[in-house]
Amino acid sequence: MSTVARKKSLIWDYLTTVDHKKIAILYLIAGGFFFLVGGLEALFIRIQLAKPNNDFLVGGLYNQVLTMHGTTMIFLAAMPLVFAMMNAVVPIQIGARDVAFPFLNALGFWLFFFGGVFLNLSWFLGGAPDAGWTSYASLSLESPGHGIDFYVLGLQISGFGTLIGGINFLVTIINMRAPGMTYMRMPMFTWATFVTSALILFAFPPLTVGLIFMMMDRLFGGNFYNPAGGGNTIIWEHLFWIFGHPEVYILVLPAFGIFSEIFATFSKKRLFGYSSMVFATVLIGFLGFMVWAHHMFTVGMGPIANAIFAVATMAIAVPTGIKIFNWLFTMWGGNIRFTTPMLYAVAFIPSFVMGGVTGVMNAAAAADYQYHDSYFVVAHFHYVIVGGVVFALLAGAHYWWPKMFGKMLNETLGKITFWLFFTGFHLTFFIQHFLGLMGMPRRVFTYLPGQGFETGNLISTVGAFFMAAATIVLLVNVVITTAKGQKAEADAWGDGRTLEWAVASPPPEYNFAQTPLVRGLDAFWIEKMEGKKGLTPAEPLGDIHMPNSSILPFVISLGLFIAAFGFMYRTEHSWGLAVGIIGLLITLGSMFLRSVIDDHGFHIHKEEVLEAEKGVKA
Amino acid sequence: MHVEEKLTAETFPASPEKATLEGKNKFLGFWLFLGGETVLFASLFATYLALRDKTAGGPSAEELFRMPLVFVATMLLLTSSLTSVYAIYHMKNFDFKKMQLWFGVTVLLGAGFLGLEIFEFNEYVREGHVFTKSAFASSFYTLVGTHGAHVAFGLLWIVTLMIRNAKRGLNLYNAPKFYVASLYWHFIDVVWVFIFTVVYLMGMVG
Repeated sequence: MSTVARKKSLIWDYLTTVDHKKIAILYLIAGGFFFLVGGLEALFIRIQLAKPNNDFLVGGLYNQVLTMHGTTMIFLAAMPLVFAMMNAVVPIQIGARDVAFPFLNALGFWLFFFGGVFLNLSWFLGGAPDAGWTSYASLSLESPGHGIDFYVLGLQISGFGTLIGGINFLVTIINMRAPGMTYMRMPMFTWATFVTSALILFAFPPLTVGLIFMMMDRLFGGNFYNPAGGGNTIIWEHLFWIFGHPEVYILVLPAFGIFSEIFATFSKKRLFGYSSMVFATVLIGFLGFMVWAHHMFTVGMGPIANAIFAVATMAIAVPTGIKIFNWLFTMWGGNIRFTTPMLYAVAFIPSFVMGGVTGVMNAAAAADYQYHDSYFVVAHFHYVIVGGVVFALLAGAHYWWPKMFGKMLNETLGKITFWLFFTGFHLTFFIQHFLGLMGMPRRVFTYLPGQGFETGNLISTVGAFFMAAATIVLLVNVVITTAKGQKAEADAWGDGRTLEWAVASPPPEYNFAQTPLVRGLDAFWIEKMEGKKGLTPAEPLGDIHMPNSSILPFVISLGLFIAAFGFMYRTEHSWGLAVGIIGLLITLGSMFLRSVIDDHGFHIHKEEVLEAEKGVKA
Repeated sequence: MHVEEKLTAETFPASPEKATLEGKNKFLGFWLFLGGETVLFASLFATYLALRDKTAGGPSAEELFRMPLVFVATMLLLTSSLTSVYAIYHMKNFDFKKMQLWFGVTVLLGAGFLGLEIFEFNEYVREGHVFTKSAFASSFYTLVGTHGAHVAFGLLWIVTLMIRNAKRGLNLYNAPKFYVASLYWHFIDVVWVFIFTVVYLMGMVG
């Protein structure tokens, strides 16, 4: 039964792959594509708001673009890009040959992908969702057409994918660590992934339930949110934010992890206060579940509830502050190299702290009545999401690009990207604090002249174009690098500390010819300091067991994609129900096949491993 | 231990579900999945509790619920959890035939439960308690129906495993599969205990 994988075409290879490194590339491409789509939507918003009484995007269309900008950026850009980093790095950082469930890893990607495509097809099929990314029930139940149905069904499909990914990384990190890789020797990015995955596991089911209720109400005559039938629209708000607030930490904890790696690497020092970093990460994850109602201060929950949620929210500033100081102390006295990833890391600290400070301002419930639904809130969450998450994703992409693709991104172009993006970001969002405090409401498609909003909005729009220019430079960089980039060494930056820098760039299919023995935090750095070239192996060279690739993850996800169309058009087209059932049968049938067909994987023989390793060294 | 090792009653490990790395991963991953499922049902329960009095002129819980019927269904499902314990007991003793037998009994009891639930829903619908009637009706059918869908899926799953492995007996490849299927079955049972208490018993006392 030991067989060598046959040669396959590139497309078929990626459609069927279960290799975490290739899945990382799929996540990066798909997430990057949706990032461009969401970015274009942001530009359209800023063009409309550049001057008063503009008519570039008016009314309903503006609502659609605004809704899709938020939804796309959170669910279809930031989440998959975070998963791209996790897939590319975490298994290697813990010395594993793959994730615990390679098949489910592929399934998670394809579910996200088809959910995202489904959601975006709304543009061509009668209009996109238009009730904001939060899709409050009082708005979304009244929304005509199928826009909201695309939102509800698309997010359910991609949400399953995320949940599967979360479980996969939890099991991977618990069960698949190399000998000696104790919990307190895990790199910070792995720790962040671990806590994030736990958050995903407990945060996504409430979203799924909220979406199911909305689907029932809109498509099957349910009464969950409909007051006329005894329903209560506030239930959606609670379910959404019980998911939605942890989601913020699902995004930002990996960002913290990425920056922790970068600070240590380019300061040539071990991370300052490692154990307090771990503690802070876990504490932020825990507190992240205790604060959801701070998004609902103005709903009328009463002063006691508001006060409790306000205090819990402010408490999060403490572990976050611990992290900020640890990063500063990591740089203190270090041998700092200002590479592109390091520039993002250094810029992240003041940018993110500003978002944190306005966060504490918003947390003061009484004051929040003033900020609520104003541009102050828009400025706040863009400072944390862009200044935290997007900076981290750009930094991580530059940092791990050589590991993923085997070529170094051009540093000069990288730095141009950084400066354009950094300037554009602050230009766009800093002024929005003041627009908000002056009374400009969010989500409204225009404003009148003479209210003092003109200059601020124009500055903001100019800033958005700086970020667009940065993105174009990044794309140019990717093209140039792919065409004629300089080949990356295993230890691409020369100062790598963790295990991923000990294997070739890009790593072989099996990651490690021999599972490494981990002898401390920053396992690779320890070996280098002792003058060794490679890692200490924990096992003799032998045959390596690998999982089989499979097309079933693709087909399972495709089935749900088809089913979603069927159920959505059930009431107005006679074929709807039949298509819905066929879609579900495709999914269930594929799951049945997965259950009954044995899949034992295959072995790469010792000799082939030796051959491959020689090729790398030569 | 290796997946395809030929085993006898003597060499079969005490915890066959965790004897291989794949088994260990399945075991842990499934427990985590059940953690997520718990949050899913918790959200459904919370919503039901918020909406159970909102009958919008339709029949209320007290008027509707047929407690003798629900009691019989509950007994069937609780017993099926016990019989699945027997099945796993025999799996650990490498007694494939008895494992199949007890899983067979489990499936029959589960199917009995599902039949009674369908009958029950049908009766309620006849009394005007339809899904679209009120917030109470929507949340009742979604909570209890989601549980029922889990029962149906569990039945299909266990039957598939029984038929697929009928000829080849137990090994370390399929032992974890049987084990997690029985975990799933227990989980369904535990959720039902809460449904019986929160929906039916609390529905009768106010």
